[in-house]
Amino acid sequence: MAAERQDQALDGALRRVLDAVARTGRASVDGISAFGYGASLFAESFFWLFRGRSIRQPVRVNMIFEEMMQIGIMAIPIVTVLSLTIGVMLAIQGIYTLSLFGAESRVTIGIALSVTREFSPLITGILVAGRSGSALAARLGTMSINQEIDALRVMGINPVRFLVVPPLVAMMVMLPALSYWSDLMALFGAGVYVSLDLGMSLAAFFDRVIEVLTVNDLLHGLGKSVIFAGLITLVAVVNGAGVTGGAEGVGRVTTRSVVQSIAAIVITDMLFVFVTTR
Amino acid sequence: MAAEVAVSDRPVLVEVEHLITHYGRRKILDDVSLKVHEGEVFVIMGGSGSGKSTLLRYMLALERPTSGTIRVLGRDVVNSRPSELYELRKKIGVSFQGGALFSSMSVGENIILPLMEHTDLDRKTMEIMARLKLEVVGLAGFENLMPSELSGGMLKRAALARAVVMDPKLLFGDEPSSGLDPIVAAAIDELILRLRNALGMTVVVVTHQLESAFKIADRLVVLDSGRVLVTGTVDEVRESSNERVQQLLNRRVDDVELDPEAYLKRLTGS
Repeated sequence: MAAERQDQALDGALRRVLDAVARTGRASVDGISAFGYGASLFAESFFWLFRGRSIRQPVRVNMIFEEMMQIGIMAIPIVTVLSLTIGVMLAIQGIYTLSLFGAESRVTIGIALSVTREFSPLITGILVAGRSGSALAARLGTMSINQEIDALRVMGINPVRFLVVPPLVAMMVMLPALSYWSDLMALFGAGVYVSLDLGMSLAAFFDRVIEVLTVNDLLHGLGKSVIFAGLITLVAVVNGAGVTGGAEGVGRVTTRSVVQSIAAIVITDMLFVFVTTR
Repeated sequence: MAAEVAVSDRPVLVEVEHLITHYGRRKILDDVSLKVHEGEVFVIMGGSGSGKSTLLRYMLALERPTSGTIRVLGRDVVNSRPSELYELRKKIGVSFQGGALFSSMSVGENIILPLMEHTDLDRKTMEIMARLKLEVVGLAGFENLMPSELSGGMLKRAALARAVVMDPKLLFGDEPSSGLDPIVAAAIDELILRLRNALGMTVVVVTHQLESAFKIADRLVVLDSGRVLVTGTVDEVRESSNERVQQLLNRRVDDVELDPEAYLKRLTGS
């Protein structure tokens, strides 16, 4: 009797372990297939962008501009506010840190490089992921549930061309543009604080910034933005298109899309820096 | 009888042969075959879960079957290349259950969309064509409203207008008159008949509503649990000796015979 019970307990434990292994395996396969789906969407988008016109199925330019308006222009106020704030914050921290060595006047180097190479692209990316990535995931999710994507397909309208290419292109143009704007605003914010705190004139601050910065630093930041733009869009599309379970499902994929795209941005950022800077 | 011969002499526009499909491991359609002839209103009828909407999705090449062939307008849709499907889809119209109008566009823009995508007409002409179709479905003057501002019946009618704006040879409708009050539902049934008669369309309708099915159908197929119970004209289906068909027609509740012990077992889940 006791032996039997022991057998059963062992059985149960074994089953739990096997279940866990199966779950891990399934999650890995799902992850890899989502990754592959994203990559194929990216390739297909470029096919439609460059070859669509020749097979009489062009990408509509006005849709790209509409998306640019939504993703880029409408985000300018919040990007401005956050960038100014981050500029001031960096100036305060920089001056405090350097005051330990009595080198406050060197603060411009740290600010100029960290803003253009890191803070602007990262903060703009996170902001746009939360603002536009989530909206895109929610929109595609809702469309998928309402059979609107099926409707497109049976009308002979390719959903990738119609729904993915416009936001993808708009994102890849507007995110670097916003990031550049964020550079300017953060540097301005920092400049104002530095000039008030250290008595350095704003002109002198920007003189130093320009002295320190190279085109390479700017391109480093803007190049990252382009990659972030692709990631945000594809994560949103893969999540939105894979929605199941009605309105609740749309909420779930929207949240997941934001979390995943921010994670993707931060990890890619580290890899990018590792590859290009060391 | 003479009319029957005439129908079967006409060309076949949709042909499904031995279709078997699965959803995961579950079998959804089991050896379904049917033919739709030119100019007829063909109704696919069945209760919920009978597989009728699934069958429609396969006919529209939205899914790939496990086995079997599906030919639409003479083209094998299972093995078609994307470019061939693209050409085929310009010739068919589909109205989905909830309308599936694009919520970011006005009703008029929704109806114009297929024309913008597939024709080189100028904007003015397209607008006139869209208004013409809205007129047909009784929604004239609603082109500037957004889909969210329409009622359920209006959405379904707008969806029909969008489905027929390219004057397709073949029109598919998924539950076009379900979930509406009897008067609106009857109006939509009338509309489908008018589209067939006036524009010479062949219509395939999926529905669970008996009245509507019997009113519009030239021929119908009754599905149950993924199998074809009976195919034929309205009268043939009415007179079918199949017990399950009679059950469906007379709205008798399914009496599942279960012995008490099995019932208890199912409830306790052991």
